[in-house]
Amino acid sequence: MRHTISVLVENEFGVLSRVSGLFSGRGFNIESLSVAETTDPSVSRMTIVTSGNDQIIEQILKQLNKLISVIKVVDLTGAETVDRELVLVKVNADPETKAEVLRLVDIFRAKIVDVAPRCYTVEMTGDEAKVKAFLQLLRPVGIKEVVRTGLVSIARGM
Amino acid sequence: MNGAEIFVKALADLGVDVVFGYPGGAVLHIYDELFKNTKVRHFLCRHEQGAVHMADGYARASGRTGVALVTSGPGATNTVTGIATAYMDSIPIVVFSGQVPTLMIGNDAFQEADIVGITRPCTKHNYLVKETKDLARIVKEAFYLASTGRPGPVLVDIPKDVLMSSAEYILPKEVAVRGYHPNYEGHPKQVESAIRLLMEKERPVLYVGGGIILSGAAAPLAEFARILGIPVTTTLMGMGAFPGTDPLNLGMLGMHGTYQANMAISHSDLILALGARFDDRVTGKVDEFAPHAKIVHVDIDPTSIQKNVPVDIPIVGDVKDVLKKMIKLVKGTKEAAAYREKIAPWREQIGKWARTHPLSYKKSAGKIKPQYVVEKIYEITKGDAVIATEVGQNQMWAAQFYKYDHPRTFLSSGGLGTMGYGFPAAIGAQVAMPGRLVIDIAGDGSIQMNIQELATAVQYRLPVKVVILNNGALGMVRQWQELFFQGKYSQTCLPQIPDFVKLAEAYGAAGFRATRTEEVAGVLKKGFAAKGPAFIDILCDPNEMVYPMVPAGAPLTKMLLV
Repeated sequence: MRHTISVLVENEFGVLSRVSGLFSGRGFNIESLSVAETTDPSVSRMTIVTSGNDQIIEQILKQLNKLISVIKVVDLTGAETVDRELVLVKVNADPETKAEVLRLVDIFRAKIVDVAPRCYTVEMTGDEAKVKAFLQLLRPVGIKEVVRTGLVSIARGM
Repeated sequence: MNGAEIFVKALADLGVDVVFGYPGGAVLHIYDELFKNTKVRHFLCRHEQGAVHMADGYARASGRTGVALVTSGPGATNTVTGIATAYMDSIPIVVFSGQVPTLMIGNDAFQEADIVGITRPCTKHNYLVKETKDLARIVKEAFYLASTGRPGPVLVDIPKDVLMSSAEYILPKEVAVRGYHPNYEGHPKQVESAIRLLMEKERPVLYVGGGIILSGAAAPLAEFARILGIPVTTTLMGMGAFPGTDPLNLGMLGMHGTYQANMAISHSDLILALGARFDDRVTGKVDEFAPHAKIVHVDIDPTSIQKNVPVDIPIVGDVKDVLKKMIKLVKGTKEAAAYREKIAPWREQIGKWARTHPLSYKKSAGKIKPQYVVEKIYEITKGDAVIATEVGQNQMWAAQFYKYDHPRTFLSSGGLGTMGYGFPAAIGAQVAMPGRLVIDIAGDGSIQMNIQELATAVQYRLPVKVVILNNGALGMVRQWQELFFQGKYSQTCLPQIPDFVKLAEAYGAAGFRATRTEEVAGVLKKGFAAKGPAFIDILCDPNEMVYPMVPAGAPLTKMLLV
């Protein structure tokens, strides 16, 4: 099963490699990982999407907790959360496809952030399902390149 | 003060009086400072791997944190095996490595290696010190992390310019690491549930490991086992955690465990695992491990619990604290006395297993049996020596045929299985225990892996005795080839073995040799009585194998017996 794990870590060099090394060294999966500073500049937050059976997820959570540079680990799976990912998509914008692209951008509340003679770069944010749907619908138009940030997630309410 | 002065002062202020090391360009300033300092004794090793194993042996024998000091690049990379050895066995050591100046890091400078990157997966934590003002704090944190919670090695990498620039010396009083809060107190409710479950059962076994020794829990363990009359089996790392001569001791379990220990585990209805981690060499085929048993697992490291086997009652905490709580619940109660009675048939059953299949070997008049040598070592020393081992057959025989009554008297690389560990570890132990007889039980293969440290032993007059069970082969690997590869001895015969007696003499140590069974006792006595370090070369039966043996991947009940 897929899990989204939010990890507060010391904001210092080498921490990312401690975390990623833990996953690679023990054969755990990383589906996506995003990391940035929090309001406290000495602390960063990592959002890790991973998968495995209950026993593997238990080990991942415990092993993360064991790292000295890790301050707090929260498994957001099953909790009420807001999930978002940002994607940049470069799509064909030929005379015959332009209208379709613009229509999809409108429906998905995306934005065109760069225009070139035969291609648009589109920015879209959303949860996993929305991103998936958007990319699926754009595919017939001709996707040249996709860049994704990986999922970030925050618990709802207090 | 400059960084080097801060460093050495911090060591002294933290009570470090022994450092094992090897100098080099990046740590010249530290060595200059050590030259002036009288509080910190430095032992010059002959290889950095030896230095780390010595720090490790020092730590295992004394319970104090071992310290190694090396230079950058090759000095640092040579420590990796020693660090990984300590990591697998949870041994508190701190390794300090020199590093090229901060501005040159990443430039492929002379003697540069990314040792922090290299050792990340085999240290409990590691540091690259970037500024001199952080040095004292990091040194203090390193010792704190190494020795608390589940202990382990910590590496501190110190660039040369950090040693040369100045800062104020401030050694913090308290260590505050916000991501590190080991839990020592076992949850009282969980402890109660564990005892309740135990009292319902009829075939309990205490399965105990190195955690007992690390936690200093041998006394409460013995008290608890005796109150309830529960049999105890120890892992290799748990040798000495429970007296080897106690009638409740079943000996070691696992791949080369005793018949009674493996049968007891396999028929048990409750296993109380204390400071042990269900290693594959212990469980055999994990799906068929202890098929009838409920499992209570006590460990200070939450990651150990539920890692290899499903656990019914997990207890995270210091095993000493948990045992004391358990004792409080049962001591002096009617229930305890009744329980001891109730499980008498179980002890009787185990006794039968022990009598039908004791540890044994085929005695022969001509060739010296290595098991006999270990038995003789036990007799001559009256079990009062500190024993280090190498890895392989020598290690298993040392575990099987010598009875360890006290913790910290059996030093062996259990997790990583590092050949070449025993001799430097014995030297480190001798430094920690100057008055004790320290013996390395070795093989002719393993001893050659760190034999250069004989110069260290001679230089510092450390009277370590090395008993070489010399069978002219890499015995354990050859045993597998004999049993599972149709006797094709691929690269496991050692036809070119040095004359260990002459070799010892060349280093300035004493050398002894036995070639016939009747000589063994006399030669051992002579060797142990030698004033300085000695090699005792015993030419053993090359065909001897370690039994019982559970083939890899088989369940514990499928033992090959003598």
